[in-house]
Amino acid sequence: MTAPTAALGGLEQVVATTTVLVCCGTGGVGKTTSAAAIAYHAAQRGRRAVVVTIDPAKRLADALGLAGGLTNEPARIDGITGPGELWAMMLDTRSTFDALVRRDALDDGQAERILSNPFYRNIAGALSGTQEYMAAEKLYELHADERFDLVVVDTPPTRNALDFLDAPGRLTRFLDHRLYRWLMAPARSGMKVLNVAAQPVLRTIGKIVGGEVLADAIAFFQAFDGMEAGFRRRAGHVMQLLRSAETSYVVVASARHDTVDEAVFFARRLADGGHGVAAVVLNRLQPTFGSGTADEAAAAAAHCDNPELAALWSNLAELRRQAEREAATVARLLEVTPGVPVARVPLRADDVHDLAGIEAIAADLFA
Amino acid sequence: MDLHQFFTTARVLVVAGKGGVGKTTVSAVLARAAADSGLRVLVVELEEKTGIAGLLGGSGVLPYDEVLLAGGLGAGSSGEIRGRTITPSNALAEYLTTHGLKRLSKRLVSTGVIDVVSTAAPGIDDILVLGKLKQLEREVGTDGRLDLVVVDGPAAGHAITFLQSASGLLDAVRSGPINTQARDVLEMLGDPERCQVLLVTLPEATPVNELVETAYALEDRVGVQLGPVVVNAVDHGGALPDPDGVAALPAGDTGAALAAAARFRTERRAMHRAEVHRLGELLPLPQLHLPLVPTAGLDASDVVLLADALARCIKALPA
Repeated sequence: MTAPTAALGGLEQVVATTTVLVCCGTGGVGKTTSAAAIAYHAAQRGRRAVVVTIDPAKRLADALGLAGGLTNEPARIDGITGPGELWAMMLDTRSTFDALVRRDALDDGQAERILSNPFYRNIAGALSGTQEYMAAEKLYELHADERFDLVVVDTPPTRNALDFLDAPGRLTRFLDHRLYRWLMAPARSGMKVLNVAAQPVLRTIGKIVGGEVLADAIAFFQAFDGMEAGFRRRAGHVMQLLRSAETSYVVVASARHDTVDEAVFFARRLADGGHGVAAVVLNRLQPTFGSGTADEAAAAAAHCDNPELAALWSNLAELRRQAEREAATVARLLEVTPGVPVARVPLRADDVHDLAGIEAIAADLFA
Repeated sequence: MDLHQFFTTARVLVVAGKGGVGKTTVSAVLARAAADSGLRVLVVELEEKTGIAGLLGGSGVLPYDEVLLAGGLGAGSSGEIRGRTITPSNALAEYLTTHGLKRLSKRLVSTGVIDVVSTAAPGIDDILVLGKLKQLEREVGTDGRLDLVVVDGPAAGHAITFLQSASGLLDAVRSGPINTQARDVLEMLGDPERCQVLLVTLPEATPVNELVETAYALEDRVGVQLGPVVVNAVDHGGALPDPDGVAALPAGDTGAALAAAARFRTERRAMHRAEVHRLGELLPLPQLHLPLVPTAGLDASDVVLLADALARCIKALPA
């Protein structure tokens, strides 16, 4: 008689069935580590998983074989004993944007004019939202890649967790019609030239930022002309994938007010869009000791004659007090994600610097 | 070192560090400690976010125009804390308006072009903010209204590019007001009496590693003076008894809980001590420690206590 298979539930279920998994939350909550651990566990369970990291700490990067720096191409990691595969990469925002330009350009000349333009090179790195957008773009690309059946995405460590969802829309607004209509106007020849009405404004801007910068910017818009529709279409497909049932969102938070606030905003925003949170990960939690309350321990300390024992009771009271406060803070997030699986990862003494460390985090996540 | 002396060493203090280490907390605590020593402090946020106002007796997001948050406490009743936000777009809009270009400013904002202009060349957005900070720095000490500016600065990686933006920009933008701004900002950053950077960390391996990297990068690439390092949330405290040696330890689950809790705390404290020591070995800068506050979110009264702790640390620094 075969043993009944355990019903999958919780985060295990999400990881077994989804095709895209996005880890969201503010910076400093352990998103990258969580993303790596989730991908690791998925691989051990038989999935061909790739994790896209954004800005991993050096030691975590080493653990994932990313010590060489930005790769933008996934590389396979040894050490998976299970039937699946684990791949990892570190997002290179510029290269990803460059590849998009090459793909959408009408010819090599147009691509080169854009890629060598200093204004382009700057916005590819600096314009707010670019990194988030390229992470979404890379997600889309890897989703279509037959080598992988699960894409796990770490999101950039911005303060505002919603930046990731907003990014495709923002970038295309920058490249959008309103700006072009203002800057460029069709001349009789059918080509676009600088809008006469915009010229005084541009001259003044030129005086502020300097002539070369303005010239570069204008050259960029002229070179990009014709491509903005393609970019917008592509961004539309990316957004569709982000909104589809194929994409699962895992909200990562710690027990601090600010990270929980961000996580709550995010969960609400997803709910508004008709897309729920698939799982919540709570990192850096104070462990609990025994089943009593902080007040009980404090009372025991007060009534204890033995100073050493009293010190132990006081310590227990303090740690329990911290755990209780954390539970109250975390409850606000759990309230807006009812019925959603919650994974709790306790505070650790050491940071993750090898695959064994990633495995240990995975053990907590999937306990 | 005397508190007053510490807070008048430089006119602008930029607080920087990895995301999540407590820059906002430390900025609030510095402001509170300075105000309580009788100084008039301006706290500056670089992103539109909540947090610091609440820590100083206000609420919500700090606006672009200065608001009064609190007065100095105790003996520092002549002190006060004001706060504001500075963003690249607002700084540019203000610059244009004060140079007679108000209509242009409105046009840029309404078409969304202002964001484009602010990112047109590497560091323009940062320079706009630094330029505004430089303007505020000029106001320190002159008309008796302002004694210190504390900037809740960018996260570590951005801090480096933020502070480097001035020199990078001189290459990209050869003339015009932005170029002049860049030169002036470089002068300010290079002068320890005008500006210093305080790096913040937690007593944990990854934040300490990142702080050390950031410190060396700032010294090499920006040439800015680093003030003392602030280590946040340090669990100080006397040694706990070894549970195995406590004969009166209860049996069963209760004893097990007491023992596990003691071992956990002892390990955490040992790790904090080790990381603080390692930081000192890797980076020969004075350290200021803020104690761990057992809470899930700090409030204004916690900040007052932390400011007292900071004041004690500062007084222990060599003059």
